[in-house]
Amino acid sequence: MELSVSGLAVARGGVRVLEGIAFTLRGGEALILRGPNGAGKTTLLRTLAGLQPAEAGVIAAPPEAIAYAAHADGIKAVLSVAENLEFWAGVYGTAGIDAALEGMDLVALRDRRAAHLSAGQKRRLGLARLLVTGRPVWLLDEPTVSLDVASVALFAGVVRRHLSGGGLALIATHVDLGLGEAGVLDLGGFKARAGAKAGAMSGAFDEAFG
Amino acid sequence: MLRLLTRDLRLAMRAGGGFGLGLAFFLLVAVLVPLGVGPEGVVLAKIAPGILWVGALLACLLSLDRIFALDFEDGSLDLLATSPMPLEGVVAVKSLAHWLVTGLPLTLVAPVLGVLLNLPVAGYGWLVVSLALGTPALSVIGAFGAALVVGVKRGGLLLSLLVLPLYVPTLIFGAEVVKRGAAGLAVGTPLLLMAGITLGAAALLPFASAAALRVNLR
Repeated sequence: MELSVSGLAVARGGVRVLEGIAFTLRGGEALILRGPNGAGKTTLLRTLAGLQPAEAGVIAAPPEAIAYAAHADGIKAVLSVAENLEFWAGVYGTAGIDAALEGMDLVALRDRRAAHLSAGQKRRLGLARLLVTGRPVWLLDEPTVSLDVASVALFAGVVRRHLSGGGLALIATHVDLGLGEAGVLDLGGFKARAGAKAGAMSGAFDEAFG
Repeated sequence: MLRLLTRDLRLAMRAGGGFGLGLAFFLLVAVLVPLGVGPEGVVLAKIAPGILWVGALLACLLSLDRIFALDFEDGSLDLLATSPMPLEGVVAVKSLAHWLVTGLPLTLVAPVLGVLLNLPVAGYGWLVVSLALGTPALSVIGAFGAALVVGVKRGGLLLSLLVLPLYVPTLIFGAEVVKRGAAGLAVGTPLLLMAGITLGAAALLPFASAAALRVNLR
Protein backbone atom coordinates (compact mmCIF):
# COMPACT_ATOMS: atom_id res chain seq x y z
CA MET A 1 0.00 0.00 0.00
CA GLU A 2 1.63 3.20 -1.12
CA LEU A 3 0.55 6.65 -2.21
CA SER A 4 3.21 8.44 -4.16
CA VAL A 5 3.06 11.81 -5.83
CA SER A 6 5.67 13.44 -8.01
CA GLY A 7 5.86 16.78 -9.78
CA LEU A 8 2.22 17.42 -8.97
CA ALA A 9 0.72 20.80 -9.81
CA VAL A 10 -2.82 21.72 -8.87
CA ALA A 11 -5.02 24.62 -9.91
CA ARG A 12 -8.07 26.28 -8.48
CA GLY A 13 -10.36 28.52 -10.48
CA GLY A 14 -7.97 28.42 -13.43
CA VAL A 15 -4.98 29.61 -11.39
CA ARG A 16 -2.17 27.26 -10.50
CA VAL A 17 -1.73 27.34 -6.72
CA LEU A 18 0.80 24.59 -6.03
CA GLU A 19 3.46 22.94 -8.13
CA GLY A 20 6.30 20.50 -7.79
CA ILE A 21 4.73 18.55 -4.95
CA ALA A 22 6.40 15.22 -4.35
CA PHE A 23 6.06 12.76 -1.51
CA THR A 24 5.66 9.07 -0.88
CA LEU A 25 3.48 7.66 1.84
CA ARG A 26 3.67 4.00 2.79
CA GLY A 27 1.32 1.90 4.86
CA GLY A 28 1.29 2.96 8.49
CA GLU A 29 2.48 6.48 7.75
CA ALA A 30 0.68 9.79 8.13
CA LEU A 31 1.48 13.13 6.59
CA ILE A 32 0.24 16.44 7.96
CA LEU A 33 -0.31 19.20 5.42
CA ARG A 34 0.38 22.66 6.70
CA GLY A 35 0.04 26.04 5.13
CA PRO A 36 -1.85 29.29 5.62
CA ASN A 37 -5.44 29.76 4.43
CA GLY A 38 -5.56 29.66 0.68
CA ALA A 39 -2.31 27.74 0.38
CA GLY A 40 -4.07 25.02 -1.58
CA LYS A 41 -4.53 22.27 1.00
CA THR A 42 -8.11 21.55 0.00
CA THR A 43 -7.29 21.79 -3.70
CA LEU A 44 -4.48 19.29 -3.26
CA LEU A 45 -6.71 16.86 -1.38
CA ARG A 46 -9.52 17.18 -3.94
CA THR A 47 -7.05 16.50 -6.72
CA LEU A 48 -5.72 13.43 -4.94
CA ALA A 49 -9.29 12.26 -4.35
CA GLY A 50 -9.90 12.46 -8.09
CA LEU A 51 -12.48 15.22 -7.94
CA GLN A 52 -10.43 17.45 -10.20
CA PRO A 53 -7.68 16.71 -12.69
CA ALA A 54 -4.05 17.40 -11.88
CA GLU A 55 -2.42 20.19 -13.87
CA ALA A 56 0.80 18.26 -14.15
CA GLY A 57 2.59 15.42 -12.45
CA VAL A 58 1.78 11.88 -11.47
CA ILE A 59 -0.38 10.47 -8.69
CA ALA A 60 0.22 6.79 -8.06
CA ALA A 61 -2.32 5.22 -5.73
CA PRO A 62 -3.87 1.78 -5.65
CA PRO A 63 -7.31 1.85 -7.30
CA GLU A 64 -10.37 2.15 -5.10
CA ALA A 65 -8.26 2.84 -2.04
CA ILE A 66 -9.00 6.45 -1.21
CA ALA A 67 -11.58 7.73 1.25
CA TYR A 68 -12.01 11.48 1.25
CA ALA A 69 -13.45 13.55 4.09
CA ALA A 70 -14.27 17.07 3.02
CA HIS A 71 -15.21 20.20 4.97
CA ALA A 72 -18.84 19.23 4.55
CA ASP A 73 -19.80 15.94 6.12
CA GLY A 74 -22.51 14.90 3.69
CA ILE A 75 -24.95 14.19 6.49
CA LYS A 76 -28.67 14.05 5.79
CA ALA A 77 -30.47 15.87 8.59
CA VAL A 78 -33.70 13.90 8.34
CA LEU A 79 -31.97 10.53 8.66
CA SER A 80 -30.81 9.09 11.96
CA VAL A 81 -27.15 8.59 12.81
CA ALA A 82 -27.40 4.88 12.09
CA GLU A 83 -29.25 5.44 8.81
CA ASN A 84 -26.61 7.88 7.62
CA LEU A 85 -23.83 5.43 8.34
CA GLU A 86 -25.69 2.42 6.98
CA PHE A 87 -26.12 4.23 3.69
CA TRP A 88 -22.38 4.75 3.31
CA ALA A 89 -21.64 1.23 4.48
CA GLY A 90 -23.97 0.04 1.72
CA VAL A 91 -22.34 2.26 -0.88
CA TYR A 92 -18.88 0.94 -0.01
CA GLY A 93 -20.15 -2.61 0.37
CA THR A 94 -18.88 -3.03 3.91
CA ALA A 95 -20.85 -4.76 6.60
CA GLY A 96 -21.72 -3.38 9.98
CA ILE A 97 -21.58 0.11 11.41
CA ASP A 98 -21.14 -0.86 15.05
CA ALA A 99 -17.36 -0.56 15.05
CA ALA A 100 -17.59 2.89 13.50
CA LEU A 101 -20.22 4.00 16.03
CA GLU A 102 -18.04 2.79 18.88
CA GLY A 103 -14.89 4.25 17.38
CA MET A 104 -16.30 7.76 17.26
CA ASP A 105 -18.32 7.42 20.48
CA LEU A 106 -21.70 7.65 18.76
CA VAL A 107 -23.40 4.56 20.19
CA ALA A 108 -25.64 6.59 22.52
CA LEU A 109 -26.71 8.80 19.60
CA ARG A 110 -27.45 5.89 17.28
CA ASP A 111 -31.16 6.57 16.75
CA ARG A 112 -31.10 10.35 16.94
CA ARG A 113 -31.88 12.35 13.87
CA ALA A 114 -28.79 14.04 12.52
CA ALA A 115 -30.69 17.34 12.57
CA HIS A 116 -30.60 17.23 16.38
CA LEU A 117 -26.87 16.69 16.67
CA SER A 118 -24.48 19.41 17.74
CA ALA A 119 -21.82 20.62 15.32
CA GLY A 120 -19.16 18.50 17.00
CA GLN A 121 -21.38 15.41 17.01
CA LYS A 122 -22.08 15.91 13.32
CA ARG A 123 -18.38 16.10 12.68
CA ARG A 124 -17.87 12.88 14.59
CA LEU A 125 -20.55 11.25 12.46
CA GLY A 126 -18.82 12.57 9.33
CA LEU A 127 -15.54 11.06 10.50
CA ALA A 128 -17.21 7.77 11.44
CA ARG A 129 -18.04 7.47 7.74
CA LEU A 130 -14.32 6.95 7.10
CA LEU A 131 -14.40 3.85 9.27
CA VAL A 132 -17.28 2.28 7.33
CA THR A 133 -15.58 2.86 3.97
CA GLY A 134 -12.99 0.25 4.85
CA ARG A 135 -10.51 2.03 2.59
CA PRO A 136 -6.82 2.28 3.46
CA VAL A 137 -5.96 5.80 2.26
CA TRP A 138 -7.62 8.61 4.21
CA LEU A 139 -7.57 12.14 2.87
CA LEU A 140 -8.75 14.41 5.66
CA ASP A 141 -9.56 18.07 5.19
CA GLU A 142 -9.56 19.89 8.53
CA PRO A 143 -11.01 16.88 10.38
CA THR A 144 -10.94 18.54 13.79
CA VAL A 145 -13.10 21.56 13.01
CA SER A 146 -15.72 22.02 15.77
CA LEU A 147 -14.39 19.06 17.78
CA ASP A 148 -13.63 19.58 21.47
CA VAL A 149 -10.32 18.53 23.05
CA ALA A 150 -11.60 15.12 24.11
CA SER A 151 -12.98 14.39 20.64
CA VAL A 152 -9.73 15.47 19.00
CA ALA A 153 -7.91 12.98 21.20
CA LEU A 154 -10.52 10.34 20.37
CA PHE A 155 -10.07 10.99 16.68
CA ALA A 156 -6.27 10.93 16.97
CA GLY A 157 -6.65 7.49 18.52
CA VAL A 158 -8.83 6.39 15.60
CA VAL A 159 -6.25 7.62 13.12
CA ARG A 160 -3.46 5.88 15.04
CA ARG A 161 -5.39 2.60 14.99
CA HIS A 162 -5.97 3.05 11.26
CA LEU A 163 -2.23 3.56 10.73
CA SER A 164 -1.26 0.59 12.86
CA GLY A 165 -3.61 -1.50 10.73
CA GLY A 166 -1.50 -0.64 7.70
CA GLY A 167 -3.56 2.31 6.54
CA LEU A 168 -2.23 5.71 5.63
CA ALA A 169 -3.52 9.22 6.16
CA LEU A 170 -2.98 12.63 4.63
CA ILE A 171 -4.31 15.30 6.95
CA ALA A 172 -4.70 19.02 6.34
CA THR A 173 -4.98 20.64 9.73
CA HIS A 174 -3.99 23.63 11.83
CA VAL A 175 -4.51 21.77 15.08
CA ASP A 176 -1.89 19.59 16.70
CA LEU A 177 -3.39 16.11 16.57
CA GLY A 178 -0.69 14.69 18.80
CA LEU A 179 0.46 12.35 16.06
CA GLY A 180 4.15 12.69 16.89
CA GLU A 181 5.20 10.09 14.36
CA ALA A 182 3.54 11.84 11.42
CA GLY A 183 5.59 13.70 8.85
CA VAL A 184 4.82 17.32 8.08
CA LEU A 185 4.63 18.83 4.61
CA ASP A 186 4.61 22.60 4.56
CA LEU A 187 2.88 23.69 1.37
CA GLY A 188 4.49 27.12 1.55
CA GLY A 189 7.48 25.69 -0.27
CA PHE A 190 5.44 24.55 -3.25
CA LYS A 191 3.64 27.79 -3.98
CA ALA A 192 3.24 28.26 -7.72
CA ARG A 193 5.13 31.14 -9.29
CA ALA A 194 3.03 34.28 -9.40
CA GLY A 195 1.13 34.63 -12.63
CA ALA A 196 1.61 31.02 -13.64
CA LYS A 197 -1.43 30.40 -15.79
CA ALA A 198 -3.23 27.13 -15.57
CA GLY A 199 -2.77 25.01 -18.67
CA ALA A 200 -5.19 23.44 -21.06
CA MET A 201 -7.52 22.22 -18.35
CA SER A 202 -8.65 25.69 -17.32
CA GLY A 203 -12.37 25.42 -17.74
CA ALA A 204 -14.17 27.60 -20.20
CA PHE A 205 -17.18 26.06 -18.54
CA ASP A 206 -16.21 27.57 -15.20
CA GLU A 207 -15.83 30.98 -16.77
CA ALA A 208 -19.21 30.73 -18.42
CA PHE A 209 -21.01 29.65 -15.30
CA GLY A 210 -18.69 30.98 -12.59
CA MET B 1 -27.18 1.39 -6.05
CA LEU B 2 -30.22 0.05 -4.26
CA ARG B 3 -29.01 1.83 -1.12
CA LEU B 4 -28.94 5.14 -2.94
CA LEU B 5 -32.44 4.55 -4.30
CA THR B 6 -33.88 3.70 -0.90
CA ARG B 7 -32.05 6.65 0.68
CA ASP B 8 -33.41 9.09 -1.91
CA LEU B 9 -36.92 7.72 -1.57
CA ARG B 10 -36.68 7.91 2.21
CA LEU B 11 -35.43 11.48 2.05
CA ALA B 12 -38.27 12.41 -0.27
CA MET B 13 -40.88 10.87 1.98
CA ARG B 14 -39.68 12.45 5.22
CA ALA B 15 -40.58 15.96 6.25
CA GLY B 16 -39.42 18.63 3.85
CA GLY B 17 -38.52 16.09 1.22
CA GLY B 18 -40.63 17.54 -1.54
CA PHE B 19 -42.77 14.49 -2.18
CA GLY B 20 -46.22 15.72 -3.05
CA LEU B 21 -45.02 19.09 -4.25
CA GLY B 22 -45.43 18.19 -7.91
CA LEU B 23 -48.57 16.27 -7.18
CA ALA B 24 -50.16 19.26 -5.43
CA PHE B 25 -49.20 21.52 -8.31
CA PHE B 26 -50.72 19.11 -10.85
CA LEU B 27 -53.90 18.96 -8.80
CA LEU B 28 -54.10 22.76 -8.65
CA VAL B 29 -53.71 23.11 -12.40
CA ALA B 30 -56.40 20.55 -13.09
CA VAL B 31 -58.77 22.15 -10.61
CA LEU B 32 -58.16 25.76 -11.63
CA VAL B 33 -58.28 25.40 -15.40
CA PRO B 34 -61.99 24.44 -15.54
CA LEU B 35 -62.73 27.38 -13.25
CA GLY B 36 -60.86 29.74 -15.54
CA VAL B 37 -62.06 28.37 -18.85
CA GLY B 38 -65.67 27.88 -17.85
CA PRO B 39 -67.87 24.84 -17.49
CA GLU B 40 -68.48 24.11 -21.19
CA GLY B 41 -67.80 20.42 -21.56
CA VAL B 42 -66.94 20.57 -25.24
CA VAL B 43 -64.19 23.16 -24.78
CA LEU B 44 -62.77 21.36 -21.77
CA ALA B 45 -62.76 18.00 -23.53
CA LYS B 46 -60.85 19.58 -26.38
CA ILE B 47 -58.11 21.13 -24.25
CA ALA B 48 -57.94 18.38 -21.60
CA PRO B 49 -55.08 16.36 -23.15
CA GLY B 50 -52.91 19.43 -23.57
CA ILE B 51 -53.67 20.82 -20.11
CA LEU B 52 -52.99 17.50 -18.40
CA TRP B 53 -49.67 17.09 -20.17
CA VAL B 54 -48.56 20.67 -19.57
CA GLY B 55 -49.55 20.32 -15.93
CA ALA B 56 -47.57 17.10 -15.54
CA LEU B 57 -44.57 18.64 -17.26
CA LEU B 58 -44.53 21.75 -15.07
CA ALA B 59 -45.09 19.66 -11.95
CA CYS B 60 -42.06 17.62 -12.92
CA LEU B 61 -40.02 20.77 -13.53
CA LEU B 62 -40.85 22.07 -10.07
CA SER B 63 -38.76 19.51 -8.20
CA LEU B 64 -35.86 19.14 -10.62
CA ASP B 65 -33.33 21.34 -8.86
CA ARG B 66 -33.61 19.16 -5.78
CA ILE B 67 -32.13 16.17 -7.60
CA PHE B 68 -28.53 17.28 -7.09
CA ALA B 69 -28.62 20.67 -5.34
CA LEU B 70 -29.32 19.27 -1.86
CA ASP B 71 -26.56 16.68 -2.16
CA PHE B 72 -24.22 19.33 -3.48
CA GLU B 73 -24.88 21.69 -0.58
CA ASP B 74 -24.27 19.19 2.19
CA GLY B 75 -21.24 17.67 0.52
CA SER B 76 -22.77 14.26 -0.22
CA LEU B 77 -22.21 14.73 -3.94
CA ASP B 78 -18.43 15.05 -3.45
CA LEU B 79 -18.47 11.93 -1.36
CA LEU B 80 -20.65 10.04 -3.85
CA ALA B 81 -18.30 11.08 -6.64
CA THR B 82 -15.35 9.57 -4.74
CA SER B 83 -17.29 6.44 -3.79
CA PRO B 84 -17.03 3.14 -5.67
CA MET B 85 -20.33 3.82 -7.42
CA PRO B 86 -19.87 5.11 -10.97
CA LEU B 87 -21.22 8.63 -11.27
CA GLU B 88 -23.30 7.55 -14.26
CA GLY B 89 -24.99 5.03 -11.99
CA VAL B 90 -25.56 7.68 -9.33
CA VAL B 91 -27.25 9.89 -11.93
CA ALA B 92 -29.38 7.06 -13.27
CA VAL B 93 -30.50 6.02 -9.80
CA LYS B 94 -31.29 9.57 -8.78
CA SER B 95 -33.31 10.07 -11.98
CA LEU B 96 -35.22 6.90 -11.21
CA ALA B 97 -35.87 8.09 -7.66
CA HIS B 98 -37.12 11.41 -9.04
CA TRP B 99 -39.48 9.61 -11.38
CA LEU B 100 -40.77 7.38 -8.59
CA VAL B 101 -41.68 10.36 -6.42
CA THR B 102 -43.02 12.65 -9.18
CA GLY B 103 -43.68 10.98 -12.53
CA LEU B 104 -45.27 7.82 -11.19
CA PRO B 105 -47.73 9.56 -8.81
CA LEU B 106 -48.61 12.03 -11.57
CA THR B 107 -49.37 9.14 -13.89
CA LEU B 108 -51.54 7.46 -11.29
CA VAL B 109 -53.65 10.49 -10.40
CA ALA B 110 -53.99 11.79 -13.97
CA PRO B 111 -57.15 9.77 -14.76
CA VAL B 112 -58.88 11.24 -11.71
CA LEU B 113 -57.99 14.74 -12.82
CA GLY B 114 -59.11 13.83 -16.34
CA VAL B 115 -62.63 13.65 -14.96
CA LEU B 116 -62.39 17.28 -13.83
CA LEU B 117 -61.41 18.28 -17.35
CA ASN B 118 -64.13 16.20 -19.01
CA LEU B 119 -61.64 14.05 -20.91
CA PRO B 120 -63.49 11.74 -23.33
CA VAL B 121 -63.73 8.19 -22.02
CA ALA B 122 -61.61 6.70 -24.79
CA GLY B 123 -58.70 8.93 -23.72
CA TYR B 124 -58.15 7.65 -20.16
CA GLY B 125 -56.19 4.58 -21.05
CA TRP B 126 -53.96 6.51 -23.44
CA LEU B 127 -53.47 9.27 -20.87
CA VAL B 128 -52.01 6.77 -18.42
CA VAL B 129 -49.98 5.00 -21.08
CA SER B 130 -48.56 8.22 -22.49
CA LEU B 131 -47.64 9.61 -19.07
CA ALA B 132 -46.12 6.31 -18.00
CA LEU B 133 -43.98 6.28 -21.13
CA GLY B 134 -43.23 10.00 -21.25
CA THR B 135 -42.56 11.09 -17.68
CA PRO B 136 -39.37 8.98 -17.34
CA ALA B 137 -37.92 11.11 -20.14
CA LEU B 138 -38.87 14.23 -18.18
CA SER B 139 -36.95 12.97 -15.15
CA VAL B 140 -33.87 11.91 -17.10
CA ILE B 141 -33.70 15.11 -19.15
CA GLY B 142 -34.35 17.11 -16.00
CA ALA B 143 -31.52 15.36 -14.18
CA PHE B 144 -29.23 16.41 -17.03
CA GLY B 145 -30.32 20.03 -16.64
CA ALA B 146 -29.90 19.80 -12.87
CA ALA B 147 -26.40 18.40 -13.33
CA LEU B 148 -25.50 21.34 -15.57
CA VAL B 149 -26.53 23.99 -13.04
CA VAL B 150 -25.59 22.17 -9.85
CA GLY B 151 -23.05 24.68 -8.58
CA VAL B 152 -25.06 27.74 -9.52
CA LYS B 153 -26.82 29.63 -6.76
CA ARG B 154 -30.50 30.03 -7.55
CA GLY B 155 -30.01 27.88 -10.62
CA GLY B 156 -33.74 27.17 -10.87
CA LEU B 157 -34.43 29.78 -13.53
CA LEU B 158 -31.47 28.73 -15.63
CA LEU B 159 -32.52 25.12 -15.20
CA SER B 160 -36.04 25.83 -16.47
CA LEU B 161 -34.72 27.68 -19.50
CA LEU B 162 -32.28 24.87 -20.31
CA VAL B 163 -34.70 22.04 -19.83
CA LEU B 164 -37.96 23.37 -21.30
CA PRO B 165 -36.86 23.21 -24.96
CA LEU B 166 -35.72 19.63 -24.38
CA TYR B 167 -39.14 18.81 -22.94
CA VAL B 168 -41.03 20.07 -25.99
CA PRO B 169 -40.90 16.90 -28.14
CA THR B 170 -42.11 14.74 -25.26
CA LEU B 171 -44.92 17.19 -24.61
CA ILE B 172 -46.02 17.32 -28.24
CA PHE B 173 -46.04 13.57 -28.75
CA GLY B 174 -47.51 12.87 -25.32
CA ALA B 175 -50.44 15.26 -25.75
CA GLU B 176 -50.90 13.99 -29.31
CA VAL B 177 -51.27 10.41 -28.07
CA VAL B 178 -54.02 11.44 -25.66
CA LYS B 179 -55.72 13.67 -28.24
CA ARG B 180 -55.81 10.93 -30.86
CA GLY B 181 -56.76 8.32 -28.32
CA ALA B 182 -59.67 10.46 -27.10
CA ALA B 183 -60.83 10.97 -30.69
CA GLY B 184 -60.59 7.25 -31.39
CA LEU B 185 -57.77 7.60 -33.94
CA ALA B 186 -54.63 5.47 -34.27
CA VAL B 187 -51.99 6.46 -31.70
CA GLY B 188 -49.11 4.28 -32.85
CA THR B 189 -46.88 6.92 -34.41
CA PRO B 190 -46.70 9.53 -31.63
CA LEU B 191 -46.55 6.79 -29.01
CA LEU B 192 -43.57 5.12 -30.67
CA LEU B 193 -41.79 8.42 -31.19
CA MET B 194 -42.27 9.33 -27.55
CA ALA B 195 -41.11 5.91 -26.38
CA GLY B 196 -38.06 6.39 -28.60
CA ILE B 197 -37.28 9.72 -26.95
CA THR B 198 -37.61 8.17 -23.51
CA LEU B 199 -35.41 5.20 -24.29
CA GLY B 200 -32.80 7.32 -26.03
CA ALA B 201 -32.71 9.83 -23.19
CA ALA B 202 -32.49 7.12 -20.54
CA ALA B 203 -29.67 5.39 -22.41
CA LEU B 204 -27.51 8.41 -23.24
CA LEU B 205 -28.20 11.28 -20.88
CA PRO B 206 -26.84 9.71 -17.66
CA PHE B 207 -23.41 9.81 -19.29
CA ALA B 208 -23.82 13.46 -20.24
CA SER B 209 -25.11 14.28 -16.76
CA ALA B 210 -22.18 12.53 -15.10
CA ALA B 211 -19.75 14.47 -17.28
CA ALA B 212 -21.48 17.73 -16.38
CA LEU B 213 -21.32 16.85 -12.67
CA ARG B 214 -17.61 16.08 -12.89
CA VAL B 215 -16.96 19.49 -14.43
CA ASN B 216 -19.10 21.21 -11.81
CA LEU B 217 -17.44 19.45 -8.88
CA ARG B 218 -13.95 20.62 -9.80
